[in-house]
Amino acid sequence: MTRRSLEPLLWLLFSAGGVLSALFLPVLLLLFGLALPLGWLPPPSHARLIAVLGNPLTGLVLFLLCLLSLFHFAHRFRYTLYDGLQIKHLNELINLFCYGAAIVGSVVAVYLLWNVP
Amino acid sequence: MADRIILQVTRYRPEDEAQPTFREYEVPCPKEWVVLDGLNYVKDHLDGTLSHRWSCRMGICGSCGMTVNGEPKLTCATFLSDYAPGPVRVEPLANFPIIRDLVVEIGDFMQKLAHVKPWIIRQEEKPLSEGEYQQTPEELDAYKQYSMCINCMLCYAACPVYGLDPKFLGPAAIALAQRYNLDSRDQGEKERMELLSQHEGIWGCTFVGDCTKACPKNVDPAGAIQRYKLKAALAWLKDIFVPRGAK
Repeated sequence: MTRRSLEPLLWLLFSAGGVLSALFLPVLLLLFGLALPLGWLPPPSHARLIAVLGNPLTGLVLFLLCLLSLFHFAHRFRYTLYDGLQIKHLNELINLFCYGAAIVGSVVAVYLLWNVP
Repeated sequence: MADRIILQVTRYRPEDEAQPTFREYEVPCPKEWVVLDGLNYVKDHLDGTLSHRWSCRMGICGSCGMTVNGEPKLTCATFLSDYAPGPVRVEPLANFPIIRDLVVEIGDFMQKLAHVKPWIIRQEEKPLSEGEYQQTPEELDAYKQYSMCINCMLCYAACPVYGLDPKFLGPAAIALAQRYNLDSRDQGEKERMELLSQHEGIWGCTFVGDCTKACPKNVDPAGAIQRYKLKAALAWLKDIFVPRGAK
């Protein structure tokens, strides 16, 4: 077993991210991207939403959703670049770009969620 | 329906040609004829120099896999009339070197197949006097689907990852490893895990899924690989987080 390889961990993140983003992102997008702005549903008050966001559990769930979705993207995009564009020889650069973007995105998510007024 | 159809067949005679070319043959097209019947008609009546592999004519031997109109198919199970009015293009299996006409070099696959130890491994064989290894219907169901593989290599021809990186162990070999891993009589999972969990093993797969679509026996190699990835990833986590003594 290649213990030093991070591939199993990256795949677990990819896999978990795929499941969670497929289940929850469409719901969130439908609610906050369409249903509430277009008035299909009565929107909750701003204060109420901030209170929900201020709950550590909400923060944790949203953070995990962001992190795993981003790692799902990173893994898939990495292989898209490897095989789709056939530039696997640039793997170090590609890995840095893909997983780096996922890490940066996750840090931004933490920052935003932490700084909810 | 037209009673004849044109076959465009790859011809490659390395002693005469630098590159494979196509040659057209007109063959009868009764509704019960498969592509293989067309090729055998060519061989018997039109051009005896055509080389192609076949044996059982009934989807068991796995030797007549070819590319029919761009898709990997068992030519014994692919009806000519489905392609009427034609022409039907018959090429060797993709992703393998061509030896001659429709015959490909399969040494790489044969090596990979043996590499994953597709047989029942026991730490200790019990003596014959103790009788056979018994298995419940549920235990049989756990692996039966994967045991249907006939080694026809259509999944290798369909797999874009194998096409790009011939080091990739490939769908059928991994599915067959799973067939034995999931067999209640087998004790060789650990040995196979070492091989399968390398980068050229399961991690090379990007889950395109074309292997499962191409499989004529509904083996679902893509499913086998994803299931195995989960197992290997959990074993990897256990390796890291569970102290050695507790295993």
